[in-house]
Amino acid sequence: MIIDVAQFIQEEQSHWKRLEKLLERMENDSALRLTLDEINELHYLYQRATSDLGKLLTFASEPEVRGYLEALVARAYGEIHQNSRKKGRFSFKQWWWRSFPQTFRKHIRAFWLSLAITMVGALFGAFALLLDPEAKEVLMPFPHLQDSPSERVAREEREEQPGSAHTSTFSAQLMTHNTRVALTTLALGFTWGIGTLIVLFYNGIILGAVVLDYVRDGQSIFLAGWLLPHGTIEIPAILMGGQAGLVLAHALIGWGTRDTLRMRLRKVGPDLMTMTFGIAILLVWAGLIESFLSQKHQPEIPYSLKIGFGLLELGLLIWFLAGFSKRSE
Amino acid sequence: MFDPTRQITIELAEGISFPLQLAGPMTRFLAWLIDLAVIMSMVTAVNLSLGLIGFLSADLADALKIVSFFLISTGYFIFMEWIWRGQTIGKRLLRLRVLDVDGFFLTFSQIAIRNLMRLIDMLPLFYLVGGIAMLANRRAQRLGDLAANTIVVRQRESKQPDLDQLGEFKFNSLRNYPHLEARLRQNTSPEETYLAFQALLRRNELEPAARIETFAVLAAHFRAKTEFPPDAVEGIADEQYLRNVVDVLFRPKTKKNKKC
Repeated sequence: MIIDVAQFIQEEQSHWKRLEKLLERMENDSALRLTLDEINELHYLYQRATSDLGKLLTFASEPEVRGYLEALVARAYGEIHQNSRKKGRFSFKQWWWRSFPQTFRKHIRAFWLSLAITMVGALFGAFALLLDPEAKEVLMPFPHLQDSPSERVAREEREEQPGSAHTSTFSAQLMTHNTRVALTTLALGFTWGIGTLIVLFYNGIILGAVVLDYVRDGQSIFLAGWLLPHGTIEIPAILMGGQAGLVLAHALIGWGTRDTLRMRLRKVGPDLMTMTFGIAILLVWAGLIESFLSQKHQPEIPYSLKIGFGLLELGLLIWFLAGFSKRSE
Repeated sequence: MFDPTRQITIELAEGISFPLQLAGPMTRFLAWLIDLAVIMSMVTAVNLSLGLIGFLSADLADALKIVSFFLISTGYFIFMEWIWRGQTIGKRLLRLRVLDVDGFFLTFSQIAIRNLMRLIDMLPLFYLVGGIAMLANRRAQRLGDLAANTIVVRQRESKQPDLDQLGEFKFNSLRNYPHLEARLRQNTSPEETYLAFQALLRRNELEPAARIETFAVLAAHFRAKTEFPPDAVEGIADEQYLRNVVDVLFRPKTKKNKKC
């Protein structure tokens, strides 16, 4: 028991102030690397403050010092204790070539489910348009898709693209819009996956209806030349957004595990972040391609070249995600 | 309704525990409004500077505006909370901080996830979904906080009591009886000490009559607690007596001895 609290405070104060200064430095600079001596000092000062708090709790002459010490210990506790091993310096190369594809493969079943739901939606969209051609306006609510495909192809092959003076702006719009769609698909995982499934299904409906509309009108080559260059990256990226949403939903529901909700969410957190940033990068690429390549048609760029480019991208994406890049190193 | 005294307690392996006071929806909303103003200012500044590029290529300037708006509006919270360990400008001004739900070190993935989930929390407008989630959750977490295992706490002032605010302590007759001083310190609870300290700090806020009455009650309370010999207390006004008591409870003996 402390007999003289005032003397105790006076003796300990310098240690608390030193700890406070160290914490301030750490809190104001996330890139700060403490020296070994400073780490030892931090640990010592934290233990000392904790022990002082324990002593004060048994006697505690006045609550302000107790409150001050509690706040100090709470801050130090947060700096010292971690829920996972702190990784070394971040390497973009390592993250892009290893972490991202590995994370994708780790949750591959969610990706297959995401793909399956989109395919079901696509079949539904195609079937609905087949049954009721009048439904085109509802199934594909985009002004540039309302004409007949043949008319659009004839017009776009004849004229210079009306938006060619705004290619960069269009590209930026695509990037940000698609990233937002992918992030929303992910975040909707919080609705136990229902929202994610609805978005995937709806995307599938649009895709299926568009494909059927062009194929039925004999414009398959134009369609492939228009969609493949950006679609081979954009569509998988949106599917990955769905995949991440389903991973989140799985963690929320907790099938097949005895972990608590908090533990489950802690486990998937880093994976969700990795997928999010990976998807964003893919969508930036897709936005650039869609704006600078996909919208340019024959005779400016031959369809065979565009289709070949799209297929090459798809092959590279599969090679990348399947982890062959790592094995070939 | 959100209980403003709501808190969670972190228990350490050492047997010590400390409370963390949770931030309520309204405080967090105000912090968000401040951050929104900061974001809008940043966007305006970037757009103005991009106006120069517009002379070279209007298309490129427009594209950069769209991308910078997206990056600033999405990345501001992530960037600030990462470099300031759980704080943005709004949170810092209102003394709020994002923490791990177990009080652990906040990781980058937690910061990224809680902020990406804003897309859901802000639906349908003004964070209605997030606000309802906070009211329904005992840790006052919005959906982003739930996904990232984070909480937002109100940081307490980590300032020690400043006795200098009470002015210079002159001769203290109670100091002549060290054994009674020790007894007084031992008999006094933290709440009683705090009450006496606050009464002295706020003396000027009281009406003269109320001040006399308040100090009379408090002095009588402390006189009864530990009885000092008549020569130590005779002729001392109630307020001065209370100052002496606070001096005894707070001031280190050594410091006082030097002064005497």
